[in-house]
Amino acid sequence: MSPLRVSDLRKSYDGREVVAGIGFELRRGECYGLLGPNGAGKTTTLRCCLGLTAPDYGEISLVGEPVPARAREARAKIGVVPQFDNLDPDFTVAENLIVYGRYFGMADAEIRPLIPGLLEFSGLTGKAEASIRTLSGGMKRRLTLARALVNDPVLLLLDEPTTGLDPQARHLIWDRLKRLLAQGKTILLTTHFMDEAERLCQRLAILDDGRMVTEGEPRALIHEHIEPQVVEVYGEDAPGWAAREANAFSQRVEVSGETAFCYVDDAAPLLAHLAAWPNLRTLHRPANVEDVFLKLTGRELRD
Amino acid sequence: MLPTSPTVSLRAFAVWRRNFLVWKKLAIPSLLGNLADPMIYLFGLGYGLGGLLPQVQGVSYIAFLAGGTVCASTMNAASFEALYSAFSRMHIQRTWESIMNAPVTLEDVMAGELLWAAGKATVSGTAILIVISLLGLVASPLALWALPVIFLTGLAFAALGLIVTALAPSYDFFMYYFTLFITPMVLLCGVFFPPDQLPPLVQAIAAWLPLTHAVALVRPLLFGEIPAGILGHVASLLVVALAAFWIALTLIRRRLLK
Repeated sequence: MSPLRVSDLRKSYDGREVVAGIGFELRRGECYGLLGPNGAGKTTTLRCCLGLTAPDYGEISLVGEPVPARAREARAKIGVVPQFDNLDPDFTVAENLIVYGRYFGMADAEIRPLIPGLLEFSGLTGKAEASIRTLSGGMKRRLTLARALVNDPVLLLLDEPTTGLDPQARHLIWDRLKRLLAQGKTILLTTHFMDEAERLCQRLAILDDGRMVTEGEPRALIHEHIEPQVVEVYGEDAPGWAAREANAFSQRVEVSGETAFCYVDDAAPLLAHLAAWPNLRTLHRPANVEDVFLKLTGRELRD
Repeated sequence: MLPTSPTVSLRAFAVWRRNFLVWKKLAIPSLLGNLADPMIYLFGLGYGLGGLLPQVQGVSYIAFLAGGTVCASTMNAASFEALYSAFSRMHIQRTWESIMNAPVTLEDVMAGELLWAAGKATVSGTAILIVISLLGLVASPLALWALPVIFLTGLAFAALGLIVTALAPSYDFFMYYFTLFITPMVLLCGVFFPPDQLPPLVQAIAAWLPLTHAVALVRPLLFGEIPAGILGHVASLLVVALAAFWIALTLIRRRLLK
């Protein structure tokens, strides 16, 4: 049984289709990423999966239960890390876990023995009695993750789990998510950090304007959509250089501000040419998911 | 598409317990705060103004005022909890959102909030009842029947408050409710003086306001009398509570489950 199956999901607000026919199916034990610019429909899709928004059309099966018809029963078996921290500021760390466990119908006597393990997992050992107000952003995020585990869920839904965190805190979250995957949990993750998606997800889908633009394994997506090598050329003269010279050496060129992105199968001729342009700085790297994302969703700003 | 499983469940009690745990940490200051304001009015007006007055409805003015004070502060406590505190949990702290990610429905959350605000108002009303009985302003044990009336009054005003919370864009919005609804009610519904002092038209309007029914029940009970028209007053409060809760649920669903 798939932990989450969504087919032809549609949702409109005020005549605008925010989710316009999205479908995907999670495999047990994988980390699946939903990527997309702001307004792509990621959060609405998650809300529909939780039964907090009734879709206009489509079917959702969450841990074997039809949603929204039996959303409450389904939510009993999943854990959610929301985009914005909503820990209880009036409580200590331990009280947050106990009170949350009660929402799952657990008795305090069932929850208390779990607390040391959850705190150890989230790197908060010794903080049981600490007030939420004294925790850093990273600690709050980890506690939110621990809170989502109180009912030992089969599936975790994470909405932008590392937004707003510093690099150290992000790496720690990634490490914990990998541990959960190693324990056999399934994870659905939304993010707009491409490195996060590439690092964690076995498969990912790119959403734009409420539609799924592509879906697959990160390496396969790069291979399918984009040339393997990228040379970024930047500096004041880069746009002018790109307009005159770049096409001779590149399969595809995109200019954004003062940077030209040259997509190539073989970077050697381009790099040799660039040696004669000392004012231009270059960065040669393999293509990544961000390149795929930008190719498929465009470079213009989304607000 | 409606959920097939029941939307209100015993999980509402977990929501109630969450609020109780927060309250427990600040119970004493909270109780004293709830007592101070009504007591100042009761003593200030009761002795100050009361000294100038002959008896009102056959008793001293402060004894007359006591029943009104119990009802008005029950109303205030329920309103504050269902407005400011519930709004913080819904909008500022996103507590409801976190609860609804667990197997708890919005209907559970609202039922928990309703019972919590009504319960907290009952504590406030009861605390005042205890103080005034220690002052000898209560005539007989019949006053114990005021307790269920206090709870019912709490339910009615908690439900009305949740409607306003469901509509509120920010805390400022609550000023309208207090200025246009709560404050006039204190003056029109017989808290400070018998409503028959008012022009007939105003009396007719006041007869429809929920606080009128609460005062009409509580005041005679404190005098040691059986109130007239019990059934009508109880039914009015009950109808307000149920109708207001239903409206609040409809509005809050539109706001949060869209």
